[in-house]
Amino acid sequence: MELSSLTLRSAQEMLRSKQISSVELTQAMLDRIRKIDPQIQAYVTVTEDVALEQARRADERLATSENVTPLTGIPFGVKDCLSTKGVRTTCSSKILENYVPQYNATVIDKLADSGAVMLGKHNMDEFGMGSSCENSAYFPTRNPWDLTRVPGGSSGGSAAAAAAGLGLFSIGEDTGGSVRMPAGFCNVTGLKPTYGRVSRYGLIALASSFDSIGPMAREVYDVAAVTEAIAGLDKRDSTSSTLPVPQYTQSLGKSVKGMKLGIPKEYFVAGMEAGVESAIHKAIQQFEALGMEIHEVSLPHTKYGLPVYYLILFAEASANLARFDGTRFGLSVRDGAEDVIDVYLRTRAAGFGDEVKRRIMLGAYTLSAGYYDAYYLKAQKVRTLLRQDFEQAFEQVDALIAPTCPTTAFKIGEKTADPLEMYLSDIYVTATNPAGIPSLAVPCGFSQGMPVGMQLMGKHFNEETLFQIGHAYQQVTDWHKQLPPLG
Amino acid sequence: MTKYETVIGLEIHAELQTASKMFCGCSADYASAPAANTNICPVCTALPGAMPVINARAVEQAVLVGMALNCTINPHNTFARKNYFYPDLPKGYQISQYELPIASEGWMDVPADLGEGTQRIRIRRAHLEEDTAKTFHRGDHALIDYNRAGVPLLEIVTEPDFRTVEAALAYATNVRAILRYLGVNSGDMEKGVLRFEANVSVRPIGSDELRTRTEIKNLNSFRALTRASAYEVERQIKLYESGGEVVQETLGWDEARGVTVSQRSKEHAHDYRYFPEPDLPPLQLAESFIESFRAHLPELPEAKTQRFLRDYGLKLQDAALLASERSLADYFEAVTAQTKDSAKVVCNWLTGEFMRQINDRALSVDSIPIPAAHLAQLIDLAFDKTVSGNTAKSVLVEMFQSGRAPKDIVEAQGLGQISNEGVLKEMVIKLIADNPKEVASYLGGKETLLQWFMGQVARATKGKADPQAVKQLLLDEFEKLRK
Ligand SMILES: [Zn+2]
Repeated sequence: MELSSLTLRSAQEMLRSKQISSVELTQAMLDRIRKIDPQIQAYVTVTEDVALEQARRADERLATSENVTPLTGIPFGVKDCLSTKGVRTTCSSKILENYVPQYNATVIDKLADSGAVMLGKHNMDEFGMGSSCENSAYFPTRNPWDLTRVPGGSSGGSAAAAAAGLGLFSIGEDTGGSVRMPAGFCNVTGLKPTYGRVSRYGLIALASSFDSIGPMAREVYDVAAVTEAIAGLDKRDSTSSTLPVPQYTQSLGKSVKGMKLGIPKEYFVAGMEAGVESAIHKAIQQFEALGMEIHEVSLPHTKYGLPVYYLILFAEASANLARFDGTRFGLSVRDGAEDVIDVYLRTRAAGFGDEVKRRIMLGAYTLSAGYYDAYYLKAQKVRTLLRQDFEQAFEQVDALIAPTCPTTAFKIGEKTADPLEMYLSDIYVTATNPAGIPSLAVPCGFSQGMPVGMQLMGKHFNEETLFQIGHAYQQVTDWHKQLPPLG
Repeated sequence: MTKYETVIGLEIHAELQTASKMFCGCSADYASAPAANTNICPVCTALPGAMPVINARAVEQAVLVGMALNCTINPHNTFARKNYFYPDLPKGYQISQYELPIASEGWMDVPADLGEGTQRIRIRRAHLEEDTAKTFHRGDHALIDYNRAGVPLLEIVTEPDFRTVEAALAYATNVRAILRYLGVNSGDMEKGVLRFEANVSVRPIGSDELRTRTEIKNLNSFRALTRASAYEVERQIKLYESGGEVVQETLGWDEARGVTVSQRSKEHAHDYRYFPEPDLPPLQLAESFIESFRAHLPELPEAKTQRFLRDYGLKLQDAALLASERSLADYFEAVTAQTKDSAKVVCNWLTGEFMRQINDRALSVDSIPIPAAHLAQLIDLAFDKTVSGNTAKSVLVEMFQSGRAPKDIVEAQGLGQISNEGVLKEMVIKLIADNPKEVASYLGGKETLLQWFMGQVARATKGKADPQAVKQLLLDEFEKLRK
């Protein structure tokens, strides 16, 4: 068994045909993590006991063929911002270094019910704040394609793990590109679903009105299968949608002939790395060859996407992070504190990293009396315009195509000194979150040896179309089959 | 010297009596919790990742209260985060309603400041929010009990329309009565289910400016509300009179010393940084849903008072007293329907001896131990003159003690009134025959002796003689002797 190239779908077939047991597969994955991960550091916590126990139970299900789902027995890892009962959940922050949740996120419950096997928790930028995984309070994760480069962020550990075959899929989380941007950097397929498609209950919130949990894996089929398992209404998340979940894997294989693909002209301007631009253009030609109609469309408010995204994120994050106060869970710095408020101050000063503090302060500022109208409220108004841009574009086309990042993976340490430049690496992926639309990242080539990703954006709750187009592309290309040069 | 006018606005924080908390499934009945931190879950203790879900019952109760306070119920209303750090606030923000509350622009009439008529108090808004945890201090430790965290609260805010402390009290009393009528709040202020905040300022009479106000927070009783407001009015007047200025600040009320104390000045006022709660979509209430509640709205104290005046001819004060509590009003009507005697007599009983028994026994009108049929039976026994008024009162005491029916008590203890004329006449004739001196004195003009004769009969019958009958018999016999 060649673990490094194994896909979820092929593992499914091996499990069902009893070529391998889930315990064997899980043990092999754990061994591979032990061997490979020290170079990459995708995992913050490896849950060997949980994994082997879940694998044993999956094997029982597989043996009786009862209650077997497409994910039964499949090992995966999850970004460390999803609450896992009894398993340390850190958000890669010092403030949660020893935090063990009492309950599971809904997505974790759903995966456990489906029989999937949790290998561990993935490193990330602290609380999702970052685009390189360098803002982890523990260690930076390295890009499996070049260990001197970043895997992207904030779901960097999840992307690197999926790319390096340290799990057959990853559960990431995308607040403003955090699944798609690292998927592009690491050559994996990843979905940011429609806001409300997947329950956020138990997800440690960054920006509550943007956060979208989504899978990352080797190919579209795998991502579609996982999305099917984790999507759906959750009574505990009032923002989750009541719309029924389609059987995504069933719609794969349909022809894309005659479908319309839009190229947002505002996305193809100066600043894009030449290799990235040419890879995207080749992908567009490929879609044309598949029979799709290509149209140029306009998203006129694109230039406001990044500021709108950051303003709203800062505001929501500043409130979401208020509960980390050292009284009920996590780090609590009590020595020398004069009173309870002093415990708050000391805990937060010691527990949060610089980027987190920066964003909390910016958020509190933009919500303050006298500034609210100029910043937060205005951003919400422009957010409506961004959403309308997309709605108007989708009157003309079925999907939009754009790069996931203007460049390929940059060097570790290259952008850490300048937060603003780091923010700019998210320029293509941030606007989708304020708009709430789904977007699928698909590998589409290489630039100077590093992977290039494209994203396909679609209408609200129309993940099916994106899967259909992405799958059609992967039937005629093999970029997604390229593997990083690991031992 | 300048004459000053009082300007008060009131905020009432009422806990709603729902089974579960505002945003989670935990029991809202924190008073019955077996121990601290037992009615808690990830949501109300704000564990990372936990999310709120709106309690539909709390929404329904808020709609009912809003309607009872003549408010507009807003079909589109939203929740917001009110951000501040305090140990009793686990999320670091309170989920409240800010820009679009569930109810707005209502009113209530209260007795006018002077003389007759009523004054209309404008109610600005009523909005849903969540209660905080409770903090305790033990030595140099602060302890927190989250059982109360997340209990639904309805905050009802008036415009600064009160011109007297009495008007504010009348309003607060009536709001409490309405909340109890609707069954959404016990009104049990000792348990903290109802809390007041008074915004107080004063201005020269004739002026319509709104001067700097102070906010007195956490007033937990009507007494605290009136004393604190009155104190603050006086304090501000003295301040202006001595050339000083009122400072905008938040005050607490020191019950023991009877003074308001500064808690926070304007410079240190919180900037709550309100913004829409992204975890809760706007609450959309269909018009048909809202209207379905109008039918559920019970007759409220004011309307009931008017009906009691009209239908039963009661005095205003009595009608208002009976109508102030739904259970008492219902009881009054049940007894009235079952007795031969008039509603006024029933009212006299209820507002007199009956209420004394309830109060003396520290009972609640919510759980009157005497069935209405029993009280009706007792009133009938008096009406039929089977027992005298005084005997009836002692039978009532016995009813409270034993729970037995009045007829059984009267029979068992032989308390029946002697109204048999034959028996009484015999006694009267014997009395006159045995006391010739007093008879002569009476006939000689000392008519006050009639009371003495009546007293003798009462003593001989142990109070069971019908006094009216005895009096008439005596007068008849004396008349015969005069002839
Ligand atoms: Zn709870």
